[in-house]
Amino acid sequence: MFSGLAEKLQSTLRQLRGKGKLSEKDVDAAMREIRLALLEADVNFKVVKDFITAIRERAVGHEVMGSLTPGQQVVKIVNEELTKLMGDKAGVLSAARKGPQVIMLVGLQGSGKTSTAAKLAAFLQRSGKKPLLVAADIYRPGAARQLEILSEKIGAAFYGNLADNPTQICRAGAAWAEKESFDPVILDTAGRLHLDRQMMDELVAIKKTVSPTDVLLVVDAMTGQDAVNAASAFNEAVGISGIILTKLDGDTRGGAALSVRAVTGCPIKFIGVGEKIDQLEPFYPDRMASRILGMGDMLSLIEKAEAAVDRSKARELEQKLLRQQFTLDDFKDQLVQLRSIGSLEDILNMLPEGTGIPKEMRQMSLNETNFKRIEAIIGSMTKKEKIDPSIINGSRRRRIAMGSGTNVQEVNRLLNQFAQMQKMFKQMGSLEQKGQFKKLKKKMKKGFLF
Amino acid sequence: MNKLETFKSSLARSKSGFIERLNFLIRGGDIDADFYEQLEEILISGDVGVHTTLNLVSELKNEAAAKKITDRQTFRSLLADKITAILIAPSQPAEPETIPQLILLVGVNGSGKTTTAAKLAGYYKAMGKKVMLVAGDTFRAAAIEQLEIWSERVGVELIRQHSGSDPSALFFDAVNAAKARGTEVIIGDTAGRLHNKYNLMEELNKIYRVIGRNLPGAPHQVILVVDATTGQNAISQAKKFNEALPLSGLILTKLDGTARGGIVVAIRALLDLPVLFVGTGEMIEDLAPFDAETFTTALLD
Ligand SMILES: Nc1nc2c(ncn2[C@@H]2O[C@H](COP(=O)(O)OP(=O)(O)O)[C@@H](O)[C@H]2O)c(=O)[nH]1
Ligand SMILES: [Mg+2]
Repeated sequence: MFSGLAEKLQSTLRQLRGKGKLSEKDVDAAMREIRLALLEADVNFKVVKDFITAIRERAVGHEVMGSLTPGQQVVKIVNEELTKLMGDKAGVLSAARKGPQVIMLVGLQGSGKTSTAAKLAAFLQRSGKKPLLVAADIYRPGAARQLEILSEKIGAAFYGNLADNPTQICRAGAAWAEKESFDPVILDTAGRLHLDRQMMDELVAIKKTVSPTDVLLVVDAMTGQDAVNAASAFNEAVGISGIILTKLDGDTRGGAALSVRAVTGCPIKFIGVGEKIDQLEPFYPDRMASRILGMGDMLSLIEKAEAAVDRSKARELEQKLLRQQFTLDDFKDQLVQLRSIGSLEDILNMLPEGTGIPKEMRQMSLNETNFKRIEAIIGSMTKKEKIDPSIINGSRRRRIAMGSGTNVQEVNRLLNQFAQMQKMFKQMGSLEQKGQFKKLKKKMKKGFLF
Repeated sequence: MNKLETFKSSLARSKSGFIERLNFLIRGGDIDADFYEQLEEILISGDVGVHTTLNLVSELKNEAAAKKITDRQTFRSLLADKITAILIAPSQPAEPETIPQLILLVGVNGSGKTTTAAKLAGYYKAMGKKVMLVAGDTFRAAAIEQLEIWSERVGVELIRQHSGSDPSALFFDAVNAAKARGTEVIIGDTAGRLHNKYNLMEELNKIYRVIGRNLPGAPHQVILVVDATTGQNAISQAKKFNEALPLSGLILTKLDGTARGGIVVAIRALLDLPVLFVGTGEMIEDLAPFDAETFTTALLD
């Protein structure tokens, strides 16, 4: 929540603490910071310009209300506008008027079309559909085979024929689907440069032949300023109906999302968040907005946590956190639950930088061995020590180290991490009291773990 | 065609907005009030990045003031010199001496590693070397088949195991095979991975260590393959991969697109990593050694 950007804005607008209105001068200073933040996130510079012009108006004269400090107020406005701009919630695929849905995936080389095709098929299988995967990439060596292997893995039907041209392949695939009542048909086309006239014409021909219900542009989330050129060229030449953003499990801020959305006007329908076949998710503009602004992906984290934790335990924990009664036993429970959510690393990556997550924690890698050792260390503490670690002095540390088969440094490190965590929760608790976590809480409903 | 011409023609295939505007900007006339601001915008829109751009422009501003430069034409050569100076590698890595030389390609998913491995194989084969490709991506479906097809096209030997096997063990075997057969250059492909995945980076480090144990001094080069369309994240990629195993340099792929590789300037400015080659297409011959001066000249011409 309190990211680099928020902090920068805070210091820019420091003189405004308390009540008052943002003056034009204040807003200009704030806009400069926002402009830089967006550019650093790879939002295209033209898109940034338009965006800044749009939000500037809203920010000028805005009341700096109640508990919110002006910096956060501005961030809130920016976040809201970004979310609005990024459009409709969790995109859905267009329905077919008759026959099967036909979804055509297009994009630059290496953007992730083939694996996304399989992920999309798996996603649709989960809602009871019977997809057919069609390999229309006859150029990249092994591309058709890659899709075939993936289709076997998920138990989806596959059509490919390297002897045919892509248009024929797609036509035959669609016809086969009609006959065997596969629905939807997912076409994996070859990666191509938007400059390549001949290759772009090929896409136009395929589209004309099979009349897809959706043409989805697959975009690498790490793309820089050039995203606008590729996206608008694909849209102009072929006409797209939506976007899939891939590789969002990386540490990119993903400003390309805003760029492609702005230049095509098409909704982002799905995002790829990992190499596993089930790691395709619907797109949520609010989360993406926070991420672009460097505020992490708190909401999906919360959702994941919700899915994984024991509800009643979570509620209990929430109470403990807020009352600052979080013990080392709870810490251990947390680790156990965390492991069912995903790797700690994944989780920390979803959190904004500078959220107050201590560096020690970010660097703590929770692999099997580490985890076992942490468990052993906590297991070697007395009940009293677990409740009040401040009593753990030098000799106790040595005893715990001996008992757990670890060393004093490790015990120290763990206690240090725990102390950091407590401190963080304390901050969160006081924010809670100030009402700043209200919106977040509404969404998290059940339990906020980190 | 000489090197410069090849480079220029590949750049000229598409005149991106970046180049056009840069040329327009430096064409002539006096430097006016918003000249520097425009310049910032142009560099940023070429993926040079906010940080590097602001530094670069402020340095140029000072230099121009000190040298009393007021016209754009003179400024142009100042800019060219500056960019070249950033891009130029302090010392080119020495040509391979011991045999076999092992070159390991690493990078994020889809950056162009496998294709580049094939291109490099073609490059060294054309130099008369005995080359071996190693299908080190045992993870992605059909990645082995992909490199197999390339190895047949290029006409070099391929060392492979089945999909899902341990890449470290594969490289161990490959080194033995190369020693036995008198292979001069081993080019190792690896699975794409995002640099923030702890376990995958550990795996890479293990490959690195296993290779070094079986062949002292190897891998002789670890090259990060970076897609030229990548934005600021390329910096994080370079940093994190370099932490997992020491990189010797970069290869920038897909320069045949409209992205103009301004990210190279940022990476060179921030990290001490030379750009070794550039990829300019999907064919074997679409690989050229990187040359800072040529690059800058082509960029500003
Ligand atoms: N236009 C263009 N495409 C490239 C270049 N290098 C690789 N590619 C394409 O990018 C896609 C991904 O390449 P690949 O080598 O499979 O990437 P990897 O996942 O890193 O191994 C393929 O379709 C390649 O043909 C290049 O320099 N220019
Ligand atoms: Mg590969």
